[in-house]
Amino acid sequence: MSERFDCIVAGGGLAGLTAAYTMAKAGLKVAVIERGTSPGAKNVMGGVLYRQPTELIFPEFWKSAPVERPVAQQSLWVLGKKGALELGVKNPARTAPPYNAFTVLRAKFDKWLGRQVVDAGALIIPETVATDVILENGAIVGVRTDREDGDLYASAVIAADGVYSQIAWKAGLRREWRPDQVSLAVKEVIALPAERIEDRFHLSDGAGATIELVGDATMGMMGIAFIYTNKDSLSVGVGVMLADLVKHRRNPNDVLENLKAHKVIQPLLAGGVVREYVAHMIPEGGYESIPKLFANGLLVAGDAAQLVNSFHREGSNLAMHSGRLAAETIIEAAKRGDFSATALSRYRDRLDDSFVMKDMKQYAGIGSYLEHRPHYFGVYPDLVNDVLFEFFAIDSIPKREKLRIMFRKALESRSLFGMLRDGVGLIMRLLLKSV
Amino acid sequence: MKLEDKLYTVGSKPDEAGSHLAIKDPAPCLGPCEALGRPCTTFCPARVYVWATDRITVAYSNCLECTACRTGCPFANIDCRLPRGGFGVAHKYG
Repeated sequence: MSERFDCIVAGGGLAGLTAAYTMAKAGLKVAVIERGTSPGAKNVMGGVLYRQPTELIFPEFWKSAPVERPVAQQSLWVLGKKGALELGVKNPARTAPPYNAFTVLRAKFDKWLGRQVVDAGALIIPETVATDVILENGAIVGVRTDREDGDLYASAVIAADGVYSQIAWKAGLRREWRPDQVSLAVKEVIALPAERIEDRFHLSDGAGATIELVGDATMGMMGIAFIYTNKDSLSVGVGVMLADLVKHRRNPNDVLENLKAHKVIQPLLAGGVVREYVAHMIPEGGYESIPKLFANGLLVAGDAAQLVNSFHREGSNLAMHSGRLAAETIIEAAKRGDFSATALSRYRDRLDDSFVMKDMKQYAGIGSYLEHRPHYFGVYPDLVNDVLFEFFAIDSIPKREKLRIMFRKALESRSLFGMLRDGVGLIMRLLLKSV
Repeated sequence: MKLEDKLYTVGSKPDEAGSHLAIKDPAPCLGPCEALGRPCTTFCPARVYVWATDRITVAYSNCLECTACRTGCPFANIDCRLPRGGFGVAHKYG
């Protein structure tokens, strides 16, 4: 392997493949190192893929890419032990262009994306792990791989090797993640006939639904669960902050089973057959956890860069956008023949100017705010459900008396002062940053 | 559905040449980690790590490659790498 590339991309996920595609289209000589048998083999997402950000790179991708269902219903369920509060929006118009989002299965979608990258002229090297960077005179000039004589040389490297980025780590850009900077997610793909899915989720015209669940869905731990409809299967999963799983000594599979057995959830899944069980870490440390993103000859994109906006369920779009901006920075650097950290720092400027860093900044600190107030996940979901249960119980008690009962019930789990502080605190955190 | 049965749904090609996971030093597991409940034996989604009388056994061929053990071990005592290229899990759906 003595040939030299303009850029080597470590990792064939959304960030890496987008970067490789963009650079190959611009005429650069690009190689993607992928540890799986093909792109997608190791990848996991809930997963929702957004149409507009994807179309910036792959126009009308939905016509040929393996997407599952266009998302026309989105809801948040606050799950208590005995019931659920549903909040949702339904937009039938989303079943036709311009779509907003699609559910996808990444093993299939990324394989398709890989074919686009190859057609654009890049080389994908599968079944190969990028294990280290090659340093010459203080600049990264390639990667080591686990193949025999597997050193590969390039003018620049993009680390798009996911949450466990060996390249960013070996290059000294990131430290080990802390257990409060990552979520551990498990997910099942559960086969169910399309007509049943459409009946149970009230869908027509091939539309899809997404449900996000908090509260008992994660057994009160900091995290979120989800149920997404695919063509003829459901993606059902839970993600919990690793520090919380350690603290509560819980197994994520038990959390998932608890969700599946919940009286509100069980009827949605009944008769389904588990086709696959997967696990993945999600970088959810937020803005404060973003490592240094450039060095001499190196850029970091996607999950490796901790670019996930967990508050808005966004990650795929941040990965693709960062991959594209990294590619554009390398294309510019190639024109000038300058791959120094100073030249590549333009990548950080581009990210700062885009929605990527603007959004990451907007939600800076929200993770640690919630982490230190476990009652958002552990107390309020049951409180809300219990109070509403009381509210809707018609039992010949005068309404004034009823309000008193509800109020007393609420105070059993949280003080009035505590509730006021939590409510105002969360609103201030979210709103003050936007003004 | 039992976890063992779920793990059968995962397409996987274990590396016969050896494990990509290892406990670096048995001492913390025997000593101070007992009081913490040996977290790797509970949070691992595939229950790769099992306490067996005096040490932790590592069923690496069940690994789902989430790498949480590397981050979650309170003593940074797990040497968790990625399987060699082409080995390990191969998702059908992902």
